[in-house]
Amino acid sequence: MTATKFTNDHEWIRIEGDTATVGITDYAQQQLGDVVFVELPDVGKTLERGKDAAVVESVKAASEVYAPIDGTVTEVNPALTDDPATVNTDPHEGGWFFKMKVADPTQLDALLDETQYKNMIAELH
Amino acid sequence: MRYLPLTDDDRKGMLARIGVSSVDALFADVPEAARRKGKIEGLPDHAGELDVERQMKALAAKNMPAGSVPFFVGAGAYRHHVPAAVDHLIQRGEFLTSYTPYQPEVSQGTLQYLFEFQTQVGLLTGMEVANASMYDGSTGCAEAVMMANRVTRRSRAILSGGLHPHYAEVTRTQARWTNFTAIDAPADVEGKEDLAALVDDQTSCVVVQNPSVYGHVRDLSALAEACHAKGALLIVVVTEVVSLGLLTPPGEMGADIVVCEGQGIGNALNFGGPYVGLFATREKYMRQMPGRLCGETVDADGKRGWVLTLSTREQHIRREKATSNICTNSGLCALAFTIHLSLLGEAGLTKLARINHATAIAAADRLAKVPGVTVVNDSFFNEFTLRLSRDAASVTETLAARNILGGVPVSRLIAGQPQLNNLLLVAATETTTDDHIEALAAALKEIL
Amino acid sequence: MAMNSVGRGDTRPQADMASPPVATFTGNRGLQMEEGLIFEQGQDGRTAVDLPEPKTAELRIGNVKPRTSIGLPGLSEPQVIRHYTRLSQKNYAIDAGLYPLGSCTMKHNPRLNEAMARLPGFADIHPLQPISTVQGALEAIDSLADWLLKLTGMAAVAMSPGAGAHGEQCGMIAIDAALEARGDKRKRVLVPESAHGTNPATAAALGYAVEAIPATEDGRVDLEALKAKLGPDVAAIMLTNPNTCGLFERDIVEIARLVHEAGALFYCDGANFNAIVGRVRPADLGIDAMHINLHKTFSTPHGGGGPGAGPVVLSEALAPYAPASAVVRGPNGFTLVEHAEGASFGRMKAFAGQMGMFTRALTYILSHGADGLLQASSDAVLNANYVLASLKDTMSAAYDGPCMHEALFDDRFLKDTGVTTLDFAKAMLDEGYHPMTVYFPLVIHGAMLIEPTESESKEAVDLFIATLADLARRAKSGDAEHFTAAPRLTPRRRLDETAAARKPVLRWRPTEQLDEAAE
Repeated sequence: MTATKFTNDHEWIRIEGDTATVGITDYAQQQLGDVVFVELPDVGKTLERGKDAAVVESVKAASEVYAPIDGTVTEVNPALTDDPATVNTDPHEGGWFFKMKVADPTQLDALLDETQYKNMIAELH
Repeated sequence: MRYLPLTDDDRKGMLARIGVSSVDALFADVPEAARRKGKIEGLPDHAGELDVERQMKALAAKNMPAGSVPFFVGAGAYRHHVPAAVDHLIQRGEFLTSYTPYQPEVSQGTLQYLFEFQTQVGLLTGMEVANASMYDGSTGCAEAVMMANRVTRRSRAILSGGLHPHYAEVTRTQARWTNFTAIDAPADVEGKEDLAALVDDQTSCVVVQNPSVYGHVRDLSALAEACHAKGALLIVVVTEVVSLGLLTPPGEMGADIVVCEGQGIGNALNFGGPYVGLFATREKYMRQMPGRLCGETVDADGKRGWVLTLSTREQHIRREKATSNICTNSGLCALAFTIHLSLLGEAGLTKLARINHATAIAAADRLAKVPGVTVVNDSFFNEFTLRLSRDAASVTETLAARNILGGVPVSRLIAGQPQLNNLLLVAATETTTDDHIEALAAALKEIL
Repeated sequence: MAMNSVGRGDTRPQADMASPPVATFTGNRGLQMEEGLIFEQGQDGRTAVDLPEPKTAELRIGNVKPRTSIGLPGLSEPQVIRHYTRLSQKNYAIDAGLYPLGSCTMKHNPRLNEAMARLPGFADIHPLQPISTVQGALEAIDSLADWLLKLTGMAAVAMSPGAGAHGEQCGMIAIDAALEARGDKRKRVLVPESAHGTNPATAAALGYAVEAIPATEDGRVDLEALKAKLGPDVAAIMLTNPNTCGLFERDIVEIARLVHEAGALFYCDGANFNAIVGRVRPADLGIDAMHINLHKTFSTPHGGGGPGAGPVVLSEALAPYAPASAVVRGPNGFTLVEHAEGASFGRMKAFAGQMGMFTRALTYILSHGADGLLQASSDAVLNANYVLASLKDTMSAAYDGPCMHEALFDDRFLKDTGVTTLDFAKAMLDEGYHPMTVYFPLVIHGAMLIEPTESESKEAVDLFIATLADLARRAKSGDAEHFTAAPRLTPRRRLDETAAARKPVLRWRPTEQLDEAAE
């Protein structure tokens, strides 16, 4: 089963079995502008929900990307190191940041679904 | 007053436009208790140019300029001849009175010389990338250690006993207050220390100076390997930049970060500042560097140009997560460095370094013949350590009374270590003549 | 995701901004010369220095090999002079025009300062010469220190910090040391959200958690919010006064009282001291430490980004913790305390400080005197208020006046014009002005912070005002393209910062190395 959830901080997380893929939303990449650099976590690193997991930078801004849930990094997206612009052109697919092994699936319940997230960003305008 | 263009009529008209009766009204937000009535007391009023010049010259006249006497003082600042063209160019108002190049379209002059500076620093140190300068070598040294801590995610630095004591103190001060550990090796007067054994899995970096403060020159390749084997970085400090015209550069010895005091090229002694810190590293650590960076790009018409780049590392964007709090750097001193090095070129720098070395050899050989003087060093660039038969601090005072500035007593740099009291650091450069060396030798012979 | 941003738009040039091709053979445009890198001009066999042969070819460099090549270009003196002269002509400068960079204080740099700093008695003395041979240098430092103490009313001054941010660190370490000495280590530092980025960076480096204090509607520290955040674990507040919105913190005496009542200390960022010199003594406001940017307030040149100098004045409570080196006046002349003694927290920098900046600042101070310094700060504030009053109806002022030495505008007047603050700034370049500080402070949308300084004549300020008014009218009239395609007349047009950051090229490399890298 595949389900995509969202955080208030504009990360998305897609669940497949006990693995989750994490990236930043289209809204987030628009706020950043042209992405010039992405710093990804080391594979094997233990991530804690709400704590720094990655960094994404444009010319004018630097942002921490937070771990949406607890877990361990299993894979990072090598495409972002070579071509960080992928975050702008394809934020929800090719622009994923890292994959993690989910530590506690119940934490997903606290995240937003797509409708809730869309409503939230609608209110930001 | 010559620097203030507004006339009383101007002021009246401007106050009328603003709609207040006096300038005092503009300071209405100042709490009553803190408002001063009239001038602050005990301070003189304005003075004309001639008058100020007299006052400043009177102060300057109480000092003994290096160029007026036989001069052998070094230990982190070196007297070299600076071509007249350097000062002429850096005093052009477009360089002197411009700000940090935040608007690149009207700052290409500054940006292009910074790009040239970064390239020259990379070439000299044998490293891949360099920043647009630090305040000086000592602050660059502390920043390098903090960078190594970030790269390795460790917090234990080992400082060589041959590191300039002021650099070690600056680094220790940072360690003490920003919470990392700096371990001092004992003073390495003989140039024999082996730091490899101290490096362990907790070590973030080893900081070693080459030539050392005592003048010794060493190949650091083995130390670099020992560091890398434990996942630590090797930081090489160079306080006499001209030495890089003769010696294998730290980059070729395996250094991970090179910090250099650049004063010796293009900049006067200035009683200790302003100087210019050179900071270079490997490309893979580029984003962990402190300070400004200039990078190449193109403009809207496709023409090559330069901008400040990777600014997201810096305090004005990253705020509390910045790699450093540094903002102002040493732009104009970096320009002086760049111009002087452009004048020297490959052949000039190489020859200048050879002249310095040859002069120091002549000085060491001559002084070794003075009874009561022992030259400690087997190797050196343009500075070496003498062991005298008596206290070096009093000897330098006696020499100064005879109008000779004879070197730096080690006790001036390291307090409370009586075993160092007889040591004197002596530097010779291209500005040192045979007569100067003879004068020092003759005076030491009489004093010792 | 949480973003730290400069708040401005991208500066990536758009395709429609290309200008018509320049129809010259050389690419030069009149006096504006195209100039390659120094590395592209070198030839073996050229040099701009004539050096004698070394007296010996002997080497005493131990186990180190002599260097075989460096890679530096060879040029003659005329080539080097021409190269750097041409580069200089691509720079804006105070000497050439009004430079209204708010918070940076681009005032006139008197040339007497330069001449005095170059006297051999100052420029050609070594920091480690015997103290008996540098009495005049120590006296000059002591005189400058005396002026700084009298102008601020503070108890002591640490002269060694190399620039403002370095001074901030010095002051904050002194605070840390004082708290530690009383056995009262604390965890938090409060910084207004409008602060310079150096403030949170400095506090964070010392291990403090940085907390932002919000501003009130009228651009000052929110006293109630401050009270709520103060507590027994707050070490200090770092507050700029006049603040980064160009306003005097009306409640500053009360802020100091509250901070001290909570057992914390008050660090004042003195970047804007130039507004109040001679009129307000920071000591009377209750501060404990403040750095003074000699390159702002006391006219030492900015030199394209430095060097600066950042002496820190300290209260009685913090004085014992000042770093080495310190000049001490004694019965037999001056001495230099070079080793951290007693409670001193250590050393910030090798040697005794930025002497070359001290001599320039002292020359400036002696030239102005007490009366001139007061007049200078008064004129600086007058010029800024004149700009504010003259443009508040055509542009949009962030706050009502009076302001201090700088006038802050926001981008409301550009609403629906298709012109951003950045575009507006770039159009100023075509008019021959360096823009004001833009997008700072972060708390104001599309901020434009204008600091004319006291060095500008009324005629110069009037023309500047008329220019901005004209640009504002033009933006409102719907001519967005004039702004979005600007600048057109500068040595370079908008530069691609995105490309520069994506594939950083931080140095020149010979063509063969570039070819190798491409393979």
